[in-house]
Order: sequence, then C-alpha cells, then structure tokens
Amino acid sequence: MKNRRDFLKSAAVTGAAALVPGNAVSGPAEAGHYGEDAPRQAATPAQASAPIAPREVDPSDGGEIITIDRPGGDFMVDVIKTLDFEYVASNPGSSFRGIHESIVNYGNNKMPEFITCCHEESSVAMAHGYFKAEGKPMAVLCHGTVGLQHAAMAIYNAYCDRVPVYIMAGNSLDATLRRPGVEWSHSVQDAAAMVRDYIKWDDQPVSLPHFAESAIRAYKIALTPPMMPVLLVIDGGLQEDPIHAEITSRLRIPRLTRATPPQGDSGAVAEAARLLVNAQNPLIVADRAARTPAGVQRLIELAETLQAPVVDQGGRMNFPSRHPLNQSSAARQLVAEADVILGLELTDFWGTVSAVRDGLTRTSRSLVKPGTKLVSITALDLATKGNYQDFQRYPEVDVAMAADAEATLPALTEACKRLLTADRRTAFEARGKRLAETHGRALERARAEAAYAWDASPISTARMTMELWAQIKKEDWALVAESGIMSDWTSQLWNFEKHYQSLGGSGGAGVGYGAPAAVGAALANKKHGRLSVTIQGDGDFLYAPGVWWTAAHHRIPLLAVMHNNRAYHQEVMHLQRMANRHNRGISRAHVGTTIEDPNVDFAKIAQGMGVHAQGPITNPKDLAPAITRALEVVKRGEPSLIDVVTQPR
Amino acid sequence: MKIHIVALGIVALASLAAVGAQAPATQAAPVGNAEAGKKLYESYGCYQCHGREAQGSSATGPRLGPKPIAFTAFSQYVRRPTGQMPPYTSKVVSDTEMADIYAFVQARPVPAQNVPLLREP
Repeated sequence: MKNRRDFLKSAAVTGAAALVPGNAVSGPAEAGHYGEDAPRQAATPAQASAPIAPREVDPSDGGEIITIDRPGGDFMVDVIKTLDFEYVASNPGSSFRGIHESIVNYGNNKMPEFITCCHEESSVAMAHGYFKAEGKPMAVLCHGTVGLQHAAMAIYNAYCDRVPVYIMAGNSLDATLRRPGVEWSHSVQDAAAMVRDYIKWDDQPVSLPHFAESAIRAYKIALTPPMMPVLLVIDGGLQEDPIHAEITSRLRIPRLTRATPPQGDSGAVAEAARLLVNAQNPLIVADRAARTPAGVQRLIELAETLQAPVVDQGGRMNFPSRHPLNQSSAARQLVAEADVILGLELTDFWGTVSAVRDGLTRTSRSLVKPGTKLVSITALDLATKGNYQDFQRYPEVDVAMAADAEATLPALTEACKRLLTADRRTAFEARGKRLAETHGRALERARAEAAYAWDASPISTARMTMELWAQIKKEDWALVAESGIMSDWTSQLWNFEKHYQSLGGSGGAGVGYGAPAAVGAALANKKHGRLSVTIQGDGDFLYAPGVWWTAAHHRIPLLAVMHNNRAYHQEVMHLQRMANRHNRGISRAHVGTTIEDPNVDFAKIAQGMGVHAQGPITNPKDLAPAITRALEVVKRGEPSLIDVVTQPR
Repeated sequence: MKIHIVALGIVALASLAAVGAQAPATQAAPVGNAEAGKKLYESYGCYQCHGREAQGSSATGPRLGPKPIAFTAFSQYVRRPTGQMPPYTSKVVSDTEMADIYAFVQARPVPAQNVPLLREP
C-alpha cells in the first residue's frame, strides 16, 4: 500500500493538472434500479472517479494538501448504494470515519441512512431483526477490533439463525501511519479472525476496485442459502485518501446476480413424495423453512395435499397457527406415531426425534417407532463448520436433500400430487377431518389452562399475553421478538397468519438479542404501517439497554410489554437442579441468578432514554388501560414500554 | 411463535402431566397445613417451574393444582423424579413439609369459567 503522505503529494500534482472547473462536492452516482435487490447492470460511479482536486495548500508546510474532494469513501458509498441498503447501523468509530462521513454527506444520509446505536451488539442484532421482517439485509459499520468484539455475540446469533448481516469493519493497516495510542490498539492484522468461525465469508480489500468486487461478492454470498453474516474489513486509508488517478479507469461496480436457492435432487424429491403419499401417519416439521411469504403458502399447499399434520418449531413463521393441520402442541405424540417425518430446515433433527434426560447420568432415547422414515431438506448440509457446535447431533435420516426447503417444496408437492390415487385421497380426507378435530380440542385445552392463575399477582403470562392480544388483534400486527420463555402462550392462543407476524428467536440463544432485534424489525415495519409488538424479557433488556435510546431517537414505533420475572429464570432452575442433585437443598439457588434487591425500575430506565414507559405493573387489572395508553403512543410513531411483573413462566 | 418440542429448561414433575394433573386424589393424604405449604412451596422453589399458583407451564412443568394426583404418587415423584425435575429427598423436604405443600396445591382455586378474553377469537 502506498505511503499515504507521498500519495497525497503526488495526488496534488495529478489533481492540479487535471483540475476541472465546477468539480465541487455533489451527490453520488444514481444507483441503478435493481429488482430483487439485484443490480442488473454494472454501474459506473459518477463523481467518485473524477480527478482529485486539491482545495487548499498549507503555505507553512511547503504545499501540503490538507483538503480533498473525492475520498475513497465516496466510491465505497457508490458501491453500497447499488446494494439497496436502507440503513447502516453503527456505533461511531474512528477506524471508519471516512466512510461514515461519505455516507452522511456525499450519500446525503439516504440509502443507507445512518442509525445511531449505543453498542455494536445492538447494531448487529438490529440488522438481524430487520432482515427477518424485511427480507433484505441491513448494513453494519463497526471498529475492526473493539467494535467487532462487542458485535461478536450478535454475529453468532445471526449465524445460528441463518440471517445475512452485512458487516463492514474499519481498520488501519499501514502501521507506519497510525496515530500513537488508541489507533494502534484499535488496529488488527486479521480482524475477521475473531469471527471467522461464524460468518460465511470475509475479505480485506487492498484497493477500491477490490472493494467493489468484494462488496458485491459478499452480498451475493450472504444471501445464498444457507444465509449467514459476511464481513468486509475496510482500511482507513482506503476510505480517507483521495482516489488515485491511476486507478480511476479501473473503477467500476460489478453487476450483482443473486444465486438461485438450491433445489432438491429430482430423484430424492420423487422418493420423498413416494414415502409421504404412502405413509399412514406422515408428519411435517418445519423450523426455518419459510424464508419468504411464499414459503408459508408452499407449506400450506404441501400439507393440504397430504392432509398431513404440521409442527411449526417457530424458527420462522412457517404455518398459520389456526390452520386445522397445525398440530404444534402435539409434537411429541405425533413424532412417536409417525411412520414418515419430513424435516424442513430443522436446526436439530436428532433432537426432534429423540428425548434427552439431563440427570446425573445423561441418557437419551429415540422417540420414533422402528422403521419410521426420516426425510430431511436443509441447506445447512451445504455449509457446516467445525468449531462451534451449533450443528447438533448427527441425524440418521433416510433421505437427505442438501437443498433449500422453500425452493424444493413446489417440486415435492407436485410429485405428491402425481402419486395421488382415489384411495389415498379418501384416506387423506379422513385424516384431515380427524386432525381438524384435534386442532380444535388443543385450542380449547390451551384456553382452559390459561384461565388458571388468571387473577394472580405477579401476573400470569397467559393473562398478559391475552390482554395484549385483545388490543392488537384487529391491527396489522407483528410479534417481532419474544425474549424470555413464556409457556408458548402466543403460539397457542394468537392467530398467526402472515409471514411477518412471527420472526423466530435469536438462533444461538445468546441473551440480549430480544430488544435490539425488536427495534430493528420495528424499523423495517415502520414504512409498512405495521404495529410492532415485542414481549421483552428483563434479563435481555439489561444486556444493552441503549437500544431504547436508538428507538426513541429514530422514532421507531414499537410496543414492548415486559415479561419481568426478576430473574435469569432458566439459570434459577439449573441451580435448583444442581443443588438437589447434590442433596443440599435449593435455598441458595437465587444467588447469582435473580435480578432483585433492588428490583430494576425498567420504566424509569426507558423514560431516561426518551421512551414512553409505564410500570412496574403488578395488578392484572391495570394491564388493559396501560396497553391502551401505550398503543396511543406507538400509533403516533414512537416506542412505548410497559414493565409487567410476571410469573416465572 | 416459539414451540418447545424439546424442553429447553427443567421439566419439573414432567411425568405427572402424563399421569394427569387433574386426576382426583384417590388415597387419603396426610393432613397438611396449606398456609405453611404456601411458604414451603415458595421457599423450596416449586413455583419456579410450576408457577406461584401451581398453574404450571408448558415450558417447564405441568399444573399441579387444584386437583393434584394422589399424595403417594405425588410424594414418590418428588423424591425420585423420572423426568427432568430435581430430586427432593427427605433430607431436603421432610414428610411433614411434603404434606403441607400438597395441601397448598390442593387448595388452589378453581378458575372462573368463560373468561371473556379467553373466549374471543
């Protein structure tokens, strides 16, 4: 890499020679219009490639250039504008000050707009939630060192949840040009090394043409199933230095063509169809199957063709909760009865068909009958890494399609239809009728169970869930996150119909995802006019609460109702288990696991960040009016939080 | 929308759900003190999985009251659980305390029928 000071001097000569009148600061090249997020034509940056025009010369320093018109960051903005990013989430940092400035000035802070975050974990988790609501990635900027380390947990969550997050990390590569002190500790030889185990691809471009090619490549890789985060490490000098005249002719933005998702092999599809049509008790289990709204419709079509029960594990909104074939609450029984199980993008097929006991001796047993056929369709078979163990135990399946489930479903459904006979149709109709009755009984049973402890204080999670449902069900609502385990009341009692109404969990079960992911998804929902709702865990809230300031600052409408059980409740139970296993009693299980003494005043924290907030609410009769007040705030475009003191689960 | 096919947490008194948490007590239970039982239910952390009103949770442990299984089965399971529940031996919970806890879960109120919010679509 060229010495930056020498480079600036030579650029001054070149720039002065080529100085063109009227070469003032202006807007970026207009990005082409790209369907499906994909540019169809290679774009040529307009101003960024213009000759360098020195603006001022310091007379006391023999002609040192102290201003320039066209830094490399401007070209980078030209490139990322072609990728159709609406937002770039970031906590500001000097290692990317060049591109930061180019975004807000040269790029007019539009497409992408800079979203100010208070923690890099929030930046990435916001992008995580945003993608699942919007279906396209958000960009993230962070320091290559301290920022990436802060972001690491959220990146891991996105990786486990198969969500593309487009991360750009600043760095200062040329050691001889670093400012003493902080810039050294904020520089790194191989920034991506710290997260490479849980991203899909990374690069550290050494030139602007290299940046353009890698930026487009990164986008393509991130959005090809299985989707995962990608990382570009961008040198500070590359961002800040003027565009060298020597490379101006090489500056172009490559055309992006999105890769089509891989479909299952035709022979495997035919075999799966044969098994499913001939099965007496087929079962469809879906986890992250529906990548898009079309995925939901495709799964409905397959299920209705077969009149087969569907268990939605909830990694995405795969199947309507009130569809009569939705049998999610009877999952274990259906697994035990099934003779064919079709797993669609399952995180854990083995765990779906097995039971594990966490006793002093850990034991496991298969839940399926001997001879049950297991069919798997998952793109994860195309990209498994070794270090982090999120791939779960090895499932012994009979048909394994290394393919995208959503892309494969149409072919599978058609193959099933071709095999249908009159006898099978009759059998399917009888099965469908039986399942519809089972579905109805399950709903009634859930309603009956929800009535227990209805008037209790702390407030039952069922009561809280239904008080909220009563006031949102006639809106265009979306449950953007649900942090803290709450007895599955929403999935049992709410009517989920649309793909965006449930976004699934964190992926890696790293606490702290809920609040920022909800804010990111609410940001996506804002322009669609959807009412974003989140059920906010207390432990999750405390990880990086600054995201509530981001929500207030950027006027992101979001209704957050807290499931505040004043504990890291899962860990309370783990401590109980250990204490009793060691025959010591559980009297100290609260030590290190509860969030009491003092109780956290979450409403006051939120208010301090400019968020309308109420609570703590302990009387269930106070809930409905609090939700009404909060909805008024949200409908005028702002976030609102209600702290509800709840039962543990 | 989150379904817990595989329990992530500790499924306390898990097998009682299969036995039937609503099954009436067929054996006479020792006379217990429900008020004392309430305190013990709290202090022994039963509520962590089963809720403060013994209402249960699909994620952690079944409903225990107001009609618990027979005391003998209840006691046996608490002492030697076969599921994910931690064992409460007599060293931790005495027989008298067990009876008090049982009296507490027995005394839980029967919920109101036709709660309006639970009847709406």
